[in-house]
Amino acid sequence: MTDTPLLSVRDLAVRFRTGAGQVRAVDGVSFDVRRGETLAVLGESGSGKSVTAQAIMGILPRPAGEVVAGSIVYDGRDLLAEDPNRVRKLRGDEIAMVFQDPLSSLNPVFRVGWQIGEMFRRHRGASRRDARAAAVELMERVGIPAARRRVDDFPHQFSGGMRQRIMIAMALALKPRLLIADEPTTALDVTVQAQIMRLLADLRREEGMALVLITHDLGVVADVADRALLMYAGRAVETGDIREVYDHAAHPYTRGLMASIPDLDAPRERLTPVRGAPPNLLDLPSGCSFHPRCPHATDRCSVDDPVLRPIDGRPEEHRSACHYAEEVLAGEREPV
Amino acid sequence: MPAYLARRLLFSVFVLWGAVSVIFLVLRLVPGDPAMVLLGPDATASQVDELRARMGLDEPLIVQYGIYLRDVVRLDFGESFRMSVDAMDLVLSRLPNTAQLAVAALGLSILIGFPLGVVAALKANTLTDRVISVLSLVGQSTPAFWVGIVFILVFARTLDVLPSGGTGGWQHLVLPAVTLALPFLAILVRLTRSGLLEVIHEGYVQTARAKGLRERVVIFPHAARNALIPVVTVVGLQFGQLLGGTVIVETVFAWPGVGRLLVDAISHRDYGVVQAAVLFIAGVFVLVNLVVDILYGYLDPRVRLAG
Repeated sequence: MTDTPLLSVRDLAVRFRTGAGQVRAVDGVSFDVRRGETLAVLGESGSGKSVTAQAIMGILPRPAGEVVAGSIVYDGRDLLAEDPNRVRKLRGDEIAMVFQDPLSSLNPVFRVGWQIGEMFRRHRGASRRDARAAAVELMERVGIPAARRRVDDFPHQFSGGMRQRIMIAMALALKPRLLIADEPTTALDVTVQAQIMRLLADLRREEGMALVLITHDLGVVADVADRALLMYAGRAVETGDIREVYDHAAHPYTRGLMASIPDLDAPRERLTPVRGAPPNLLDLPSGCSFHPRCPHATDRCSVDDPVLRPIDGRPEEHRSACHYAEEVLAGEREPV
Repeated sequence: MPAYLARRLLFSVFVLWGAVSVIFLVLRLVPGDPAMVLLGPDATASQVDELRARMGLDEPLIVQYGIYLRDVVRLDFGESFRMSVDAMDLVLSRLPNTAQLAVAALGLSILIGFPLGVVAALKANTLTDRVISVLSLVGQSTPAFWVGIVFILVFARTLDVLPSGGTGGWQHLVLPAVTLALPFLAILVRLTRSGLLEVIHEGYVQTARAKGLRERVVIFPHAARNALIPVVTVVGLQFGQLLGGTVIVETVFAWPGVGRLLVDAISHRDYGVVQAAVLFIAGVFVLVNLVVDILYGYLDPRVRLAG
């Protein structure tokens, strides 16, 4: 029982209809989330991270977005095949989500205590009074000062960081076993980002829940995540233990992202961005989607689409979708 | 809030002053003399002059205006030339009929228009939505006098299921209320639809879904409460149209309300009654908009605190 992953995503494909045509926002992504672990999902904007999260939560914007293939198995139940009403009851209760922008994610016309309390009222049938008391308790838990007084305030009366704490309180209300946090610190001030990250990590440990942390900021998750999943153009390009991936990155995209992190110990160096722009999903390059931006690309890369595979000489868990993973890792293939 | 209310009330007084001033001037600029109308075509010039003097119409316009304003401030709204009774009493005696009609139309509009708008939004760009949207466009652009006459032809003359006019039981209310409601209902459908579509992709609606709420709860109250904010504002403004509509509908269906009284008074150049009726209708309009503004603050807490 404890060996089976809490969440198992297999060959997930999500299609979006846009004005310009159909897009495979997620294209054959597979990964597991084990009980109590933290998985960091990393990648640039448009890589399919958020869409993957929306698919798991069953909140893809309709009718534009649609899961067209794959399975999402949570605790032995396929969320895509099960009765929608039963899946709905899992949401917020077993699987919860925190969004990027806490201002637009909170309803502006309802008091925050009412919004948090709704979890208890709708899922547990709690009375208004009990729900409000539980909301105060949660607000205290996530570090909102004077929670008892502020429970009846509206979202716009809180700062960005406090709003995100309220979102977190709401997500944690029913003690979910899986929390998905989609860029939870991106919309916040830099000084507040670290506080929110620490809060999330602390709460995750205390609750023993699994956390899927979606971000484009590799620096943010290094200390809190157990494993990493890197996405590019709707696909998984590298996955493994986070220390292993960070120290032995075996995909040129991962290497590029690592090189673009500012190094405070070498202050006078220029930042090294990943060259080129994220690909146009409407018109993906042939072969490996990354090849036009890849310093290691050969003719083979523009024809042959690489699959995620183990790397010779590294732990079985560590996988890369690069034909030249071993060479990239060994530094043998110098950028051309 | 009290300061805001005081400001609004002061502003309302100006609006009412503007309304009575315009109607006072326009009434006296249009051709037709109340004394002549009252005495009929056989009256001699000296009879007409004598009556004009008794009615105070021989004074210069500015003096008449001054006297009228002075009287209005003293809550004396003049009297009916024709019936020699207090003009405002006459208006108020017709009020219950108009109120009945307006409330029925308003109720119909909200009970039917709001749900239809929600359905159209939830089924956006489907056949259902198209049908509702086209019908509401038709409803909004068809003039009430035409709808009223067609209703009379179809339901009173041809089918003979409803009375063509006058008052009595609820049957008498059906045709005028529906006629009056139609344009208002149509606007409500369109506003509700666009308001809901605007908020349906907002972050907080996504949050509501992620919280595992039933779709019905996601729409009511999470999305709807936000969608209602612009709807309520426009409904307040459109209420003026509804009041204007009563004038036409009451005339078509011989409904003895304020609107019909106003039309009769205009054709008889009964200045006092016209002025009293216009002042009353303007007063109701101002009051409704004040209520809407207060309601707006209740619906949107961000406004409440700023106010």
